[in-house]
Amino acid sequence: MSATESSLKAKQAKQSLGARIAARAGGGVMRVFLILVALFWLMPTIGLLLSSLRGPQDIAATGWWKIFTAPSEMTFDNYQRLLDNSTITGSLLSTIMITVPSTVLVVVIGSLAGYAFAWMEFPGRDWWFLLVVGLLVVPVQVALIPVSELFGTIGIFETTLGVVLFHTAFGLPFAIFLLRNFFAEIPRELLEAARLDGAGEIRLFTRVVMPLGGPAIASLGIFQFLWVWNDMLVALIFADSESPPITVALQQQVRQFGNNIDVLAPGAFVSMVIPLAVFFAFQRQFVSGVMAGAVK
Amino acid sequence: MTTATAGGAGAAPPADDTTPRPSPPPDPGKSRRSVTGTRRIIAAAFLLPALVLLGALVLYPIGYSVYRSFFDQAGTGFAGIDNYTALFTDATILTAVKNNAIWVVFAPTVATALGLIFAVLTERIRWGTAFKLIVFMPMAISMLAAGIIFRLVYDQAPERGVANAVAVGVHDTFNQSSGFPKARPLPVHPLEKGDGGAFVSKEPIRAGQPLRVPLVGVAPAKMPGDARPAKEAPAVSGDGEKISGTAWLDFTRGGGGKPNAVDPKEVGLKGLTVEAVKDGRVIATATAGPDGVFTLPASADGAQLRLPADNFREPYNGVDWLGPSLVTPGIIGSYVWMWAGFAMVLIAAGLAGLPRELLEAARVDGANEWQVFRRITVPMLAPVLAVVLVTLMINVLKVFDLVFIIAPGSSQDDANVLALQLYRSSFGTDADLGIGSAIAVLLLLLVIPVMLFNIRRIRKEGRR
Repeated sequence: MSATESSLKAKQAKQSLGARIAARAGGGVMRVFLILVALFWLMPTIGLLLSSLRGPQDIAATGWWKIFTAPSEMTFDNYQRLLDNSTITGSLLSTIMITVPSTVLVVVIGSLAGYAFAWMEFPGRDWWFLLVVGLLVVPVQVALIPVSELFGTIGIFETTLGVVLFHTAFGLPFAIFLLRNFFAEIPRELLEAARLDGAGEIRLFTRVVMPLGGPAIASLGIFQFLWVWNDMLVALIFADSESPPITVALQQQVRQFGNNIDVLAPGAFVSMVIPLAVFFAFQRQFVSGVMAGAVK
Repeated sequence: MTTATAGGAGAAPPADDTTPRPSPPPDPGKSRRSVTGTRRIIAAAFLLPALVLLGALVLYPIGYSVYRSFFDQAGTGFAGIDNYTALFTDATILTAVKNNAIWVVFAPTVATALGLIFAVLTERIRWGTAFKLIVFMPMAISMLAAGIIFRLVYDQAPERGVANAVAVGVHDTFNQSSGFPKARPLPVHPLEKGDGGAFVSKEPIRAGQPLRVPLVGVAPAKMPGDARPAKEAPAVSGDGEKISGTAWLDFTRGGGGKPNAVDPKEVGLKGLTVEAVKDGRVIATATAGPDGVFTLPASADGAQLRLPADNFREPYNGVDWLGPSLVTPGIIGSYVWMWAGFAMVLIAAGLAGLPRELLEAARVDGANEWQVFRRITVPMLAPVLAVVLVTLMINVLKVFDLVFIIAPGSSQDDANVLALQLYRSSFGTDADLGIGSAIAVLLLLLVIPVMLFNIRRIRKEGRR
């Protein structure tokens, strides 16, 4: 059967709900409605973006929409000042120092455990895995008090290490769940062939399982990266208050909201640049990560 | 972020055609027996890092929170269930409980409903992907950034917050903006206080006699820009049949003016509305010109002059979005903005998997699009809708950042939610870790049904 034929057929069959609503209920109205919704959805972000491009006096005096009538007002001074501000640049560095290790650790530790759950034999394997599944929905709030006391005792409260460990621990249930399910579908023959070639458990893991798990690992990595990068609560409690990540640094500015939009708006945008770039570059992996987290 | 409801094994591989997609082994349970004859010590080594971290930072905290929630603020005295009672008696915490209930009911429902609408409408639109990208994008940014974005949207000042700019714009289109909020007559003036903020003349209008409407109390900066020096109205207007008058600001800058007289430097109250009222009915209305002169018809003779209250209303300042009553709906709005895209993407994926033949068959049988949607699409999507709703509910239970950022200090108590209260109780100035732990345990209890559901589902899949 030719693929084109079946896809054509599918296309015809699929020209259904949306197309017919369009035809019968007035496609024009629907299109206009969707365009309005899209603009409505974009507007808050555009408002912040345009505000970040206006000088403090302009922000205080008039709304960002005035920039459309006076485009000459646009300036990058806010960004210039922001990048000269060592607190902000330092906090960006802190964010990276927290996000990268957390992501790497979750991927590595999650892969190890995921592989063990998928392909190794040990007593109570399925029970241990159910325990991990149970931990999927545990809210981080449960751990805030106990872990801050625990970290205090062992001396890593308000350190980057503490934040990284916390994020890693709470990223693990999802990581193990996702990777175990993915690894379990690797064909047994592949592993056996590698085994016959003399590969040991570690070689099997690094040379066969990890490469084959690429797509799932990519989804997981992107997911964890965005999750940690965007986190504020955990950092608020566990991060070093001398060098907080960008979310906490900006949060400290919010109390003055209204007088410092020229700092907050560009700051928020700088903090959004990396997540948005990751989002646009890896949409597919991001979406599949989201789907794996929620739906079958 | 969304790591909530567990999917099955099929959920794991991303929809990527280049992925090796092996056909599942005939009997998963048995065929996944180790190919290497693993020694237990190796299995333990692979598992150890994960189990240590999960044990120390997830499992142990659960136990400790439960334990700690039965002790008092100092952590030394056994408190029984006092901390739990406090959750439902302390006014601030009770607000948090109530608000969380509002959140859990409305935020997931609205986000899912919008997601469903968007998914269905964009399904076969050529630029549907672009639309989805726009609506989905907020999921990639932090709640902090979203909070700052919406703090700006909801800003009270109409010249900053777009929500109030629209509110004021709409309001002023339908209601003339009032010109002279604090204007009032002096006792020597021929005017006195009327009903409901209006001012009325002490004497009735008489034909042939020019009317005087002097007021004070308008800041010069607030005067209409094109107001001109006031002109004394002629005793009888041109055709002799009309009654005219002057409304002016009876105040000379720098002093020197006489009260109740039109002095040269005094300007007209441009735009002031005057009415002639006879027997409680308005029989004529006029508006003062730039020089303050207005003209009433001759029929106004004998009527009372009235300056309606509309002249003196405070200018409309927009809606208090972040005030006590609207702050929670407002923040829920920002949440929906972030998460409707999530619902839309999942529902769109479910939609793509519906059997087309069924929908076609219904149409052939004469069902209209609404019936198809209502009777076939929605019921068939029910499992997806349920997963989306549950995922969002779990997520909403823990909402913190948005409330923390958007609610200004003054209305943070009104916007309170459990996660915020937990933070305040645990890390605030007079922290009570007993209360904080009790809130944590409550949050955990609320997600336990989902936890059990996930476990049951995985067990079922394992048995298959």
